[in-house]
Amino acid sequence: MTCLTDRQIQKLYKISCQIRQDIIKMLLAAGSGHSAGSLGMADVFTALYFGGVLKHNPKRPEWPERDRLLLSNGHICPVLYATLARAGYFPVAKLKTLRKLGSCLQGHPHRKCVPGVENSSGPVAHCAGMAVGMAIAAKADNKKYQVYCLVGDGEQDEGMTWEAAAMAGKYKLDNLTFIMDRNNIQIDGYTENVMPKEPLKTKYEVFGWQVIEIDGHNIRQVIEACEEAKAIYQKPVMIIANTIPGKGVDFMEYEFKWHGNPPNQEQAEKALRQLRSLGGRIMPESE
Amino acid sequence: MLNQKLFLSKKIFNKNVDMEATREGWGKALLNLGEKDPNVFVLCADLTDSTKCNYFKDKFLQRFIECGIAEQNMMAVASGLALSGKIPFVSNYAVFSPGINWSQVRVNVCQNGANVKIGGAHAGISVGPDGMSHQALEDMAIMRCLPGMVVLAPCDSLETYKATVAASQHKGPVYLRFAREKTPVMTSQKTPFKIGQAEIFKEGKDVSIIACGPLIYEALAAANELKKQGIDAEVINNHTIKPMDAKTICKSVGKTGVVVTVEEHQVMGGMGSAVCEVLAKNCPVPVEMLGTQDTFGESGQPDELLEKYGMKAKHIIAAVKKAMRRK
Repeated sequence: MTCLTDRQIQKLYKISCQIRQDIIKMLLAAGSGHSAGSLGMADVFTALYFGGVLKHNPKRPEWPERDRLLLSNGHICPVLYATLARAGYFPVAKLKTLRKLGSCLQGHPHRKCVPGVENSSGPVAHCAGMAVGMAIAAKADNKKYQVYCLVGDGEQDEGMTWEAAAMAGKYKLDNLTFIMDRNNIQIDGYTENVMPKEPLKTKYEVFGWQVIEIDGHNIRQVIEACEEAKAIYQKPVMIIANTIPGKGVDFMEYEFKWHGNPPNQEQAEKALRQLRSLGGRIMPESE
Repeated sequence: MLNQKLFLSKKIFNKNVDMEATREGWGKALLNLGEKDPNVFVLCADLTDSTKCNYFKDKFLQRFIECGIAEQNMMAVASGLALSGKIPFVSNYAVFSPGINWSQVRVNVCQNGANVKIGGAHAGISVGPDGMSHQALEDMAIMRCLPGMVVLAPCDSLETYKATVAASQHKGPVYLRFAREKTPVMTSQKTPFKIGQAEIFKEGKDVSIIACGPLIYEALAAANELKKQGIDAEVINNHTIKPMDAKTICKSVGKTGVVVTVEEHQVMGGMGSAVCEVLAKNCPVPVEMLGTQDTFGESGQPDELLEKYGMKAKHIIAAVKKAMRRK
C-alpha cells in the first residue's frame, strides 16, 4: 500500500489548491460552465493523478497498459482538464481556451482531441456502461489495468446507472472502481429533494458491489480507498466520496445554484484570494 | 431484362424460389466472423434466438454478452468494448435498439468514434401480429441523421450475410436492419455487395424504382407487370441508405426522369427521403414515395399489412403511373 508522509500529503493539497485556482480562472475566461462539482472533486483528482493511484504516463497517453479513467459527469471537466494540464498532458496555457470555438477543451469532454481524455461524455450515466464494457474487455485480454469511472450523485436518478450496476455485479468486475461525487446537489436543488437516492451504500451492495465511504477532501483517504478497492476480489467497488460542492470558495460551498454557473470577475477575484490565502491548507476535518 | 452482371438467383421468378429470413444472414455471418476474429463480441438483450445470435452464442459463449432487458446499458457496454479494441455486434429488435438506446448510440458510439455494429432485427411492418409497438418504421431515420453512421438495409438473407461481413470490415459505426419473415432469396453467392454501391437489378428507361430490403422483390414483380403494359422500369437495390450512391441514382434518373421509392419504413426520414435529398441537390425530378405514410402499423399477417399499407407490387405499379403522369 502506498504510504505517504505528511509532507507528501501537504504537497498534494498544494496541487489541489492550484487546480482549484485553474478552475476558477478557466470558468471566468469561458463565461459559462460548472463550478461546484469541479471544485468539489479537485482533491479526488489530485489523489488519482498525483497520489500514485493511477498507472499513467502523460508522455504516452495511449500507453496500452495505462489505467483507464472515464468521466461520466462530463460537466465537471474543468477539474479533469486542469489536472491533466498540471500532470503534463498538455500546456497549462491551453486551459484558458475552455469552451472557446476551435478549442479541444470542449464544454463536455471530447475523447478524440485532448490527450488523456478517455471518453466523450455529457448525458450523465452513459459512461457507467462504457466502463463496464472496458472492464469486460480487459478481463477477456488478461490485462492488469484498472478501469475507474467517476460519477455524480445526481446521475443516480438515471435508470441506466442501475442497468450498468447490475451487469458489473453479474460479471464480478473486480477491475472496476467507481468513485461517486456525493455532494448532495444537482441542478434543481438538493439531491434528496429532487429525487431521493439514499440508501446508496445499500443499493450498490445489493447489486453485488463493495462500497467504501470516505471524505472526498481527505486525499489520504482517497488514496487508501483506491488501494483497498484494487485488493477486493470478485466485486466491483463503489467509493462514495462525500464532498462539499464548491469546496475552497466559501460563497460557493453547499450552494446548488453554483452547480452550473461560472464566477464573474469580482467573484473570481474573491475566490482566488481565498484559495491563495489557503496556500494548500484545505485540510479536511477528518485529517 | 435482369442485370446479368449481378448473378441474381436463377430461380428468382420461379414458384420454388428459395425463401429465408434476412435475420438468418445476420446470424450466420456472426458465427463466421466469430470464427475468423477473436475480437468479435456479440451483445444481446434477452432476444438471442429470435435475432439469431444463438449460433454465435453456442460456439463462443465467452464472447457473448447477455445484457438482460437493458438496451441502454447494452449499447454503452458495446462502446466500452470497442474503445478497448473489440468489434462488438449489438443484436436486438430495432424498436428497442436503436429505439430505446438512441442517446447511447449518439454519444457513446458516434461521438466517441466507437467501432460498434448495430443489428436492428424485426424491422418493418412485416413483423406482423405483434402490432405497432414492435414494428420498427423509424429506425433508418434516427440512424441516418447521426454523423459517421453507415446505414444498411439488405434485400435478402445472402445479402444480409455479406452486409454483416462488410460491416465488420468497415472502420466505424454501422447500423444494419433486417426482418423476421422468410422472404425470397434474390441474389446468389456471386452477387457483389459493397457498402455505398447501389445495384441495378433490372435495367429500364422509363422510370427508376428505387427500393431497399425484401420489398425489392415487389419492385421486380411490379417491373415485370409494367413491361407487359409497355413501361420499361429500372429497379435499383439501394441497400446503402448512408452513404447513398448518388452517382448510380443520378445516372438512372438522367435516363428515366422519374422516381418511385419503396421501403418498409416511414416515408418521412427514411430511404425515400434520403433519395429525395440526393435528387433535389443534383437532378430534381418527380418522385412518388411508398412506405408508411405518417402512420403506425397494427396487428395482422405480414402480407395483409403490406397490402393494407400500400407496399405491394400493385401499389408500386399505381405509383409508377402516377409519377410518370407528372413527368
